[in-house]
Amino acid sequence: MSTTEVTSASAEFARRQQSPVQRLQHQLHGKPWMSPLFLLLVSFLVFFILTPTFLTANSMGILLQQTAVVAALAVGQTLVILTAGIDLSVGAIMVLSMMVMATLARDDGMPGILALLIGVALATGAGMLNGLLVTRINLPPFIVTLGTLSIFTAIALLYSGGSSIQADRMPDTLNFLGEGFGIGQFRLTWGIVVVILLYAVIGFVLSQTAWGRYVYAVGDDAESARLSGVPSMRILLGVYTVAGLIYGIAAWILIGRAGAATPNAAPDANLASITAVVIGGTSLFGGRGRLIGTLIGALIVQTFAFGLSQMGVDQQWRVLATGVLVIVAVAIDQWIRKVKA
Amino acid sequence: MRIPPRASRPLVCAVAAATALGLGACNRSSDTDAGGTGGGDAAVGVVLITKDSTNPFFVAMQEGAKADATKNNVKLTIASGKQEGDDQGQITAIEDAIARGDKGILITPMSTGVNAAIKKAREAGLFVIALDTPPDPVDTVDITFATDNRDAGKRIGQWAAGQVAGKPATIALIDLFSDKIVSVDYNRDQGFLEGMGIDVKDGKKNGDEAPTGKYTAGGGGDYTIVCNEAGNGEEAGGRTAMEKCLAKNPGINVVYTINEPTAVGANAALKAAGKTATIVSVDGGCDGVTSVKSGVIGATAQQYPLKMATMGMEAIAKIARGGEKPKTTEGLDFFDTGVALVTDKPAEGVESITSDEGSKICWGK
Repeated sequence: MSTTEVTSASAEFARRQQSPVQRLQHQLHGKPWMSPLFLLLVSFLVFFILTPTFLTANSMGILLQQTAVVAALAVGQTLVILTAGIDLSVGAIMVLSMMVMATLARDDGMPGILALLIGVALATGAGMLNGLLVTRINLPPFIVTLGTLSIFTAIALLYSGGSSIQADRMPDTLNFLGEGFGIGQFRLTWGIVVVILLYAVIGFVLSQTAWGRYVYAVGDDAESARLSGVPSMRILLGVYTVAGLIYGIAAWILIGRAGAATPNAAPDANLASITAVVIGGTSLFGGRGRLIGTLIGALIVQTFAFGLSQMGVDQQWRVLATGVLVIVAVAIDQWIRKVKA
Repeated sequence: MRIPPRASRPLVCAVAAATALGLGACNRSSDTDAGGTGGGDAAVGVVLITKDSTNPFFVAMQEGAKADATKNNVKLTIASGKQEGDDQGQITAIEDAIARGDKGILITPMSTGVNAAIKKAREAGLFVIALDTPPDPVDTVDITFATDNRDAGKRIGQWAAGQVAGKPATIALIDLFSDKIVSVDYNRDQGFLEGMGIDVKDGKKNGDEAPTGKYTAGGGGDYTIVCNEAGNGEEAGGRTAMEKCLAKNPGINVVYTINEPTAVGANAALKAAGKTATIVSVDGGCDGVTSVKSGVIGATAQQYPLKMATMGMEAIAKIARGGEKPKTTEGLDFFDTGVALVTDKPAEGVESITSDEGSKICWGK
């Protein structure tokens, strides 16, 4: 997108042309992930001023650790939303995959690496099932994933018999992503490294490959994409399948983070992943958005939750803040896009 | 985003932090004040982490702790999971407390999934007290303040046997979960059956008892266990569970329920079916005591969540100011905050208080 210089306009507009706000609006318009980044920096600044324990090396490490699982899930959710779909079964696929990995490898019933591969393969298959239902039976993604949300949740509960599996009954391979490293007080986990890799790889694919361009094209207008030779159905199926694969990787991160595999873990993962994508500036109507925005979106939500918690604010206010954030973020986005007018 | 040349230091720091670089430069002197000086007049940071924020039991804990915080010069933060099973939410709250420099944590642990985070907190020097639910293993925390649920179950079981008094007991058991095993669930259920004098086989497993046999308490007689249904601890679940049980056997005359909301739901199902049965429960919330008064619930074992929270908080405040650590109750691996049987129909040989007495010391609104 290019920032066109507006020269002929009303007198009032011309007067405001020089205002810093106007310049900012122009700057932000060029990059859809700029406004969430701006929001993130503002929230950092606010919490830095308000609470002494927010901007410390220790806190920053914790903040990143707390963001890891949702940030990973949101990569898959971004792909789906870019195609104008929505995935409500994110958390369910992750938890099912986690329970399978943990159960197979419990007390070394099988090597950890094998259990991990089976778990990730299962999540990939689950994503593929969503994709097949969307493309072959031509059902709306909302309906498909609403259904599979219940199906996968139930299977996870049935399969695990409802009991959690402790970290010490699982091989190191499965717990590995919870292992930490760092400099002094600044601790990171390997899970965070995996998240960064996910963003790098999928980000590259989306922005630099034909497949990535097709994803945007299908999201923009599936019909015209098909008419101009884009294999729409194949792309859609691929998107849901890759998303499933990503949820499987998120399951691995979750095991490391939770120190246990629990069949009803992460109750709000589905909505949290959608929230991150939306705050990150990706359009729910498909075809517009950047993966980096999603990462920033996930960080914003977690920053508010963590910052308010450091201030000792009651939890319900944090939930309320998340709701306000969604609306504010999208409103800012709309305001920036007005510059086109 | 281009940083203007006159950007303030905090903004630069924020950018640096956002990119996880140069964090050292951002540490302010106040960050290093987190270490306690042991001064008796500084406010002590304590966090109360419950399973959720809607269950009146946990709300009572929160209210009790809030009311007591100022008195003890405690800076109290309230946190909770979103719902049963949300280990993540509790783990996050624990991490936040460590970062905040709190001195102690009061937690009703969701499951063993939070053990690792608790361990981290204790390594960081926080004193951790479990409330209501002992963790597994018990030594995950420094100490647990809880109700002896086994004892609570036994009391309502003895009382129920006294009510049936030699006649055949046709029993419905409405538990908490069917999909996972938690100690409160089997301790109350199995305690109830033990109180009735029924062989429970594996005392940590609900539903493995012989479906028919003899109960020995209250004069003894024949029993039939109709069902073990899960009601998820709330009214709608209790009603659905009771309906399922009645469909199996309409002659049920004794109903054990995990808590009072479940009992209210079970009673609604009985009423709709035109049946009556003796319902027993555990909790002793004010609504529950009212249900005892009105005859919906025959007897309930009352517990004292306010006491758990306030005593826990006082203990942490005391330790932070250099005082003694609390000790477990004789013969138990936790500090027993006590139960009392609330009923208006006292049974032979079972100690109890009336609903009027119970309403004076109940929790909830």
